[in-house]
Amino acid sequence: MLRINSIKNGIVIDHIAAGLGIKIFQYLGLDKADYTVALIMNVDSKKLGKKDIIKIENELDLDYTVLGLLDPNITVDIIKENVIREKIKLSLPEKVENVIKCKNPRCITSVEKYIPNIFHLVDHSAGEYRCTYCDEIYKVSDL
Amino acid sequence: MLKGRHLIDPMDFTLEELDEIFELAGDIIDHPVKYSDSMKGKLLATLFYEPSTRTRFSFEAAMLRLGGQVIGFSEPGSSSVSKGESVADTIKTVGCYADIAVMRHPKEGAPKVASMYSEIPVINAGDGGHQHPTQTLTDLLTIKTEKGRLSDLTIGFCGDLKFGRTVHSLIKALSRYQGIKIVLISPEELMIPDYIRNEILINNNIEFKEAERIEDEIGSLDILYMTRVQKERFFNEDDYIRLKDRFILDKEKMELAHADMMVLHPLPRVNEIDYEIDEDPRAMYFKQAKYGMYARMALMLKLLGVK
Repeated sequence: MLRINSIKNGIVIDHIAAGLGIKIFQYLGLDKADYTVALIMNVDSKKLGKKDIIKIENELDLDYTVLGLLDPNITVDIIKENVIREKIKLSLPEKVENVIKCKNPRCITSVEKYIPNIFHLVDHSAGEYRCTYCDEIYKVSDL
Repeated sequence: MLKGRHLIDPMDFTLEELDEIFELAGDIIDHPVKYSDSMKGKLLATLFYEPSTRTRFSFEAAMLRLGGQVIGFSEPGSSSVSKGESVADTIKTVGCYADIAVMRHPKEGAPKVASMYSEIPVINAGDGGHQHPTQTLTDLLTIKTEKGRLSDLTIGFCGDLKFGRTVHSLIKALSRYQGIKIVLISPEELMIPDYIRNEILINNNIEFKEAERIEDEIGSLDILYMTRVQKERFFNEDDYIRLKDRFILDKEKMELAHADMMVLHPLPRVNEIDYEIDEDPRAMYFKQAKYGMYARMALMLKLLGVK
């Protein structure tokens, strides 16, 4: 079995749905990191069957709102001196900018590419977001 | 304070701000000469990325009647847009010349984008099938002036409720007044979008019903708002031909309506209102067009802070 050492100071992003790890890796810009980073894919999981894990050996201030949008089941642990010091609870962000794109062919963002893609949370329980330009509604599960 | 603001969505202004506009519009109607030089030295830019004679004329007439002047284009082919200029660059450039801009665009949200990059007030004159807030101002001013109130009304909307942006905007605006009941009369294919049904009607506890025949509902209405089934909103011509004639208002149906029911229509009409209805005193759609010009006069005066 593949072994990845535990980290001393850094962040562990766990319980990522299998296959989603690479996307998160890219969203967080970790593909450009100059510090130690591990993306572990298809790890056996009791809860998920298979899962992905990201380990970052660095004290970073990351924007976790994107993670909540991609998969609210993800857990984030902040490690200091080999101990979990903080567990960050993920939730759906109120505003999402340049993470998802509007798919409405009538939306202005479909033709003018410089415009920031902005979505606002309209229904927390249903996980629904609305495009700020055309009002098209998207469910998180469809994104 | 309306000075320097944009009008993109019918909900951009509070009810008090709308009242300010209606009050000014009322004064313009009563004393037009008093305002004939109010906009002297001011320039309106009309940026029409798709044809719309009526709305453009209404804005231009409004500005000219206030003593201002107008520049602009009425189709993108005759402008820098045909060279691929973005909405953001166009509005930034136009802002160097004009004091206020009005934009119609086939893409939803384009005027909002313009407002984000603009130094001058931007008015949405219709963005695709999305919003048309100055038509809403027109409709509200017509109802308020002719009915004397904007509350305790039963309003029927008939025709293309799916793509009809005037309908969406007016329903949003009416949802803020007390005692409003809505009747939605449309074929199944052109029913109101979910976001209007859920976010506006259901969330605001507005009493509403959906129906398929004008004659079943007309007797209960204070206002019947007719819309045309627009060919350009269809992807498929067969669908258009099948649906366009289904919801026509004629003399027979009007006999079932109250004596003081009011028929509104954003115009242009195709054939959804029989010409014989035009003589009926309840037909208010041409007067409504005139109210539209007054509403736009009042709006532009407010956005430019002209006393």
